[in-house]
Amino acid sequence: MLSDSLNATFAALADPTRRAILARLASGEASVMELAEPFEMSQPAISKHLKVLERAGLISSGQEAQRRPRRLEPEPLAEATEWLERYRELWVANYQRLDALLEELKVAKKKNQGKGRSR
Amino acid sequence: MKDRLEVTTPTDRQIVMKRSFDAPRQLVFEAFTTPALLQRWLLGPPGWSMVVCEVDLRAGGAYRYVWRHDADGEQMGMGGVYTEIQAPEGIVSTVRFDDPWYRGEAVDTLVLTEERGQTKLTQTVLYESREVRDGVAKSGMEGGVAASYDRLQDILSPKSADRS
Repeated sequence: MLSDSLNATFAALADPTRRAILARLASGEASVMELAEPFEMSQPAISKHLKVLERAGLISSGQEAQRRPRRLEPEPLAEATEWLERYRELWVANYQRLDALLEELKVAKKKNQGKGRSR
Repeated sequence: MKDRLEVTTPTDRQIVMKRSFDAPRQLVFEAFTTPALLQRWLLGPPGWSMVVCEVDLRAGGAYRYVWRHDADGEQMGMGGVYTEIQAPEGIVSTVRFDDPWYRGEAVDTLVLTEERGQTKLTQTVLYESREVRDGVAKSGMEGGVAASYDRLQDILSPKSADRS
């Protein structure tokens, strides 16, 4: 269901370590060891994060016997980023109109000051 | 000179927007609180206009906005109460949509700071729960934008992630 998967996605994204893991995986798959490396965190601690990401369907693990590299699954994130993008586009447009309005208000304000009105 | 809009979800119940404006804070505050001005910019997706804009600008006062879709007359209304007003620094208000776009009430906090004639705006909307916040996604807004890995990087880490 759309909102359940979005719940899981946003819960997964709410943690900075998990966001950093996803950013790393956006450049290519990696093993647990490789993912743990930039953080001062034990592998079990990283594995906990990976489980949250896996449950949200954001990453999957390969089947290679020893390594089991994790890779990014783009669909749940596409859902999440899509709505953020649409929200963003709406507000980009609103604020651009506000920019234009503010320019008008500044000009009007200058005109009033020019007429000798005190600030 | 286009200013960049930053939209983030720092907690699972919030949406935070940050934007700078090339204008003094007083003017920005007026644009947010004067009906004749609000109707000029606070609009929905293309094709919508604001047909009702009522503002009772005082603590405990109410506001009401109604937008109308020009093509088919469909309307969308929202409103709430001002809980705090500090002109021109900021406003805290409640937000509720008529036709529940989302359940319950949200809290909208607007903060304006000024430096060298530029105003920085931070707007935080706090939803009742994560489910409600995420339900904003089912808004029925038209159009979709396919996410690319570039956008993904952008949202995950605005500064490029360390690729080791």
